[in-house]
Amino acid sequence: MNDIVPFLKQLLDASGLSGNEGPVQAIIAEKWKPLVDELAVSRVGSLHGLRRGTGAEPRRRILLAAHMDAIGLIVSGIVDGFLRFTQIGGVDPRILPGQMVVIGGREQIPGVIVQPPDSLLPPGSADRPVPMEHLLIDTGLEPEEVNRLVRPGDLVSFGQHPIELAGDTLAGHSLDDRASVAAVTACLLELQSRVHAWDVWAVATSQEETSFAGAQTSAFEIHPDLAVAIDVTFAKGPGYNDHGGFGLNKGPTIGFGPNIHPEAFKALKKAADEIEIPYEVEAIPRHSGTDAFAIQVAAEGIPSLLLGIPLRYMHTPVEEVGLKDINRTGRLLAEFISRLQPDFLNEISLEKLP
Amino acid sequence: MKSLIQRLVETTGPSGYENQVRDLVRKEIENDAAEIRVDAMGNLIARKGSPQPGGRRIMLSAHMDEIGIIATHVDANGFVRFTTVGGVRPNTCLGSRVRFLSGVQGLINGEKLDSNDKVHSFEQLFIDVGAASRADCPVKIGDVAAFDRPFLDLGNRLVAKAMDDRISVAVLIEVIHQLKSSPNDVYFVFSTQEEVGLRGATTAAYGVDPEIGFAVDVTLSGDTPKGIKMETSLGKGPAVKVRDSSLLADPRVVRWMIGTAEEEHIPYQIEILEAGGTDARAIQLTRMGVPSGCVSIPTRYIHSPSEMVDFRDVENAVRLIVALLSKPVNLE
Amino acid sequence: MSPQDRTPLAESLVGDAQIRLLERLSNAAAVSGDEGEVRRIVLEEIRPLADEIRVDSLGNILAAHHAGRENAPRVMLAAHMDEIGFMIVGDDEDGLYRFDAVGGIDPRILPGKAVLVGESRIPGVIGARPIHMTTTEERRKTIPLDSLRIDLGPGGEGKAKPGDRAVFATTFQRLGSSVFGKALDNRLGVATVIELLRHAPANIELLAAFTVQEEIGARGARVAAYALHPDAAIAVDSTPAYDLPTWDQTENALYNTHLGAGPAIYIADGGTLADSRWVNHLIAAAGERGIPYQIRQPGRGGTDASAIQRQREGVPVISVSVPGRYAHTPGGIARIEDWQNTIALLSAGLEALPAGLFQPAA
Repeated sequence: MNDIVPFLKQLLDASGLSGNEGPVQAIIAEKWKPLVDELAVSRVGSLHGLRRGTGAEPRRRILLAAHMDAIGLIVSGIVDGFLRFTQIGGVDPRILPGQMVVIGGREQIPGVIVQPPDSLLPPGSADRPVPMEHLLIDTGLEPEEVNRLVRPGDLVSFGQHPIELAGDTLAGHSLDDRASVAAVTACLLELQSRVHAWDVWAVATSQEETSFAGAQTSAFEIHPDLAVAIDVTFAKGPGYNDHGGFGLNKGPTIGFGPNIHPEAFKALKKAADEIEIPYEVEAIPRHSGTDAFAIQVAAEGIPSLLLGIPLRYMHTPVEEVGLKDINRTGRLLAEFISRLQPDFLNEISLEKLP
Repeated sequence: MKSLIQRLVETTGPSGYENQVRDLVRKEIENDAAEIRVDAMGNLIARKGSPQPGGRRIMLSAHMDEIGIIATHVDANGFVRFTTVGGVRPNTCLGSRVRFLSGVQGLINGEKLDSNDKVHSFEQLFIDVGAASRADCPVKIGDVAAFDRPFLDLGNRLVAKAMDDRISVAVLIEVIHQLKSSPNDVYFVFSTQEEVGLRGATTAAYGVDPEIGFAVDVTLSGDTPKGIKMETSLGKGPAVKVRDSSLLADPRVVRWMIGTAEEEHIPYQIEILEAGGTDARAIQLTRMGVPSGCVSIPTRYIHSPSEMVDFRDVENAVRLIVALLSKPVNLE
Repeated sequence: MSPQDRTPLAESLVGDAQIRLLERLSNAAAVSGDEGEVRRIVLEEIRPLADEIRVDSLGNILAAHHAGRENAPRVMLAAHMDEIGFMIVGDDEDGLYRFDAVGGIDPRILPGKAVLVGESRIPGVIGARPIHMTTTEERRKTIPLDSLRIDLGPGGEGKAKPGDRAVFATTFQRLGSSVFGKALDNRLGVATVIELLRHAPANIELLAAFTVQEEIGARGARVAAYALHPDAAIAVDSTPAYDLPTWDQTENALYNTHLGAGPAIYIADGGTLADSRWVNHLIAAAGERGIPYQIRQPGRGGTDASAIQRQREGVPVISVSVPGRYAHTPGGIARIEDWQNTIALLSAGLEALPAGLFQPAA
């Protein structure tokens, strides 16, 4: 069941910072092509795959949204052959020194983020985290070469290659949220041998990390009757053991809260219970911080669900995720989809009016 | 002896660059020593005495080197940045003058500080040698300098840079001159690189392989306004070290020194130093271990460009050491 | 001699074979006290090059290449094999391990890095609290080492044990005219001494010491120098190049060395004042052969030279280093040209060594 791993690794090594998802989008399109009936790219760069259902037309539509964009950095200046940079998406500067990166300008150029010695930093810098404005990227190239190959605005991706860890886990950058793209892909694979009444719109959304632009616009364009956002959530682990957090590789989470449709939630939970997929309910009192937040309020409003894949060290280049959880998420989605009957929306209506 | 002291303290010899001092010492003692050699670390080792039954191989060590500075960078406008050689403090640098081995002289000053209450860090200090540009500057990276201050004779009290430890070098030279005969095999070591970690004495002691050793060095004095609390004072005699931060003097050596001073009616003081270290530590830990101690010259303002000693302490140190070496030694 | 005339000499010393050797050395793990992996590579390389080889009780490799004449000066070249890294000190279960640093590591560079643990190089990561859970105030504080863990994954329970070493999981690569990798401090020095054994001059008895435990106090070099009892010694190491722009664009006066400016000759560091005869001799040799060099800024830090200098009756020492950026981090950068010139300078200096240079003055 772990044949999704090579694909996921391929995703992780592809660049695709928010707003510039092209390279990763191409890899997903290639993988989805045989699994869907139609494939298209939205105006803001989301990838839409349609797998038609068997129900009578007009068929109901479910949207599965997993974002393919990644956090990263962007070159903001060049000084003596060193690159200054700022962030795209939320990056804690404390994880940056010593990090391998790839600068994607006219060529793919490897480099390393360096923390200048305290003596070259403002007084009082010793032993304190160095803010991003003072960090530099060194490409090892001579200054003239750097000036020729790099310019401000070039995007910088993390260079950490995926690492398979013990106990069916994988570490790497951009597992947020390409782990979910893999889960959606696993669902599509599973659906190949199943019958489903509804149309399934698998969407790899763009620009989640910055503005949810992809999810919002795709939801509007596809206009689904039901949507499931799949995103990573916080796993328990070093640095995060106290308050929230879910077991790594112990099952996905099913989100619950104001972004989530409460009746659809029950149906999803029921599916998980019946096929004995372990899960935890993730209570989200406000903004879920996921595509579900944007999708719920697209057009006249869309019943939305959220599946979470627990992940350690979010927004670092060594994010760690459980491979079983990815497969479980895919299987749960496929099960849920194949259970959807044409009148499902009646089942979940919040008030049964006479 | 005052003229010898003056010549010694006015010579430039920071750690690792003791050659001018070494040449001066060699000239002073070459007619009075049985044998003189220079080892790989630049220590000058002079032997004297005619070993008799009961005589011991004794090593004395006084270090030739002084603290100083070393150039790390010459900037576009010809200012020289530097770091220290040995225990230099920033607050004694500001306004000081320095002399490079090449003879080039300059002064130390610093960047403007936020507040007059602050002290410069070494990174904020620079040397101005009167140059206007990097090209014009006669100093290059790695050039070494010592502080530059003339000798001052105040009668009993003598003032100079590098009293630490040229005053002891003068004492050993004078001992070599005065020691007519000794039943011991005495090795006078004029050591190098003491200020950066007793490096010269370490290898000299290995080479000499003594049975007893002692250093001759300066120690602090507790007789200045609101100064450190310490029993030693200027003018009350040389100090017999009992401890410092790096050494517990061998009690047998301490008894030998005190006993000799009392027999000879030489004034002495007991030194309990809560800081510092001398060549005695290096000697003590050599090979299988050496009973070691130290005869100290009480000194005010150590590691400043104006260190002060009392000449009577110096003369009494010479008397004490001559007395120590003139008889067979029986440590007990 | 024009710069064009110089290049061939240096280039002939570092070719693809040398880069490949450096790559193997850089990728190998040898945390201080556990240098076996690098030691085995070195032994394999030098077996055909040295006349005598032994490994002492601390793990130093002591090799000799005999001189082609009698009474040749015995010159020791020391390069430390060890690198900074980590040791597992506690098992928190579930594949999480407490660890401590071996050698000088700035805790600010640890979060978010991949590591390899133990002899079987088990992959692990050092994570960090998700930025979403941190406060602005918290992000201004360094994450202390004792709150970090090495995470082998939930199935990693029992796979590591206290005492296991770990290194950064960095893969060596070429970056244009530079090389990038972990532990270039001091695999550059190790590779340099191997090359010098390959080109050993006949006028000296070359005593190569590949030392252990430099990063925790030059402990290997100490016993190596006692055992070899050389007439003179050179520590061959890699020294930091802090040749980065300053935050306010003022002149950088604290660069230590510059990349591309040639081998760094030491005059003074925190542990050693170099023997001035060595300094003058190497500068003269560089001048004669037109080999670029730089004087490392006098300052703190130290090399095996400090331990070697103090053995027995003292040894005239100097350090010569290949400049390298970002030592003691997951990955450093050095210029191939600097490495070539380091080999060239040492080679020239040894060939031209006057027999009596270090004979004690009478």
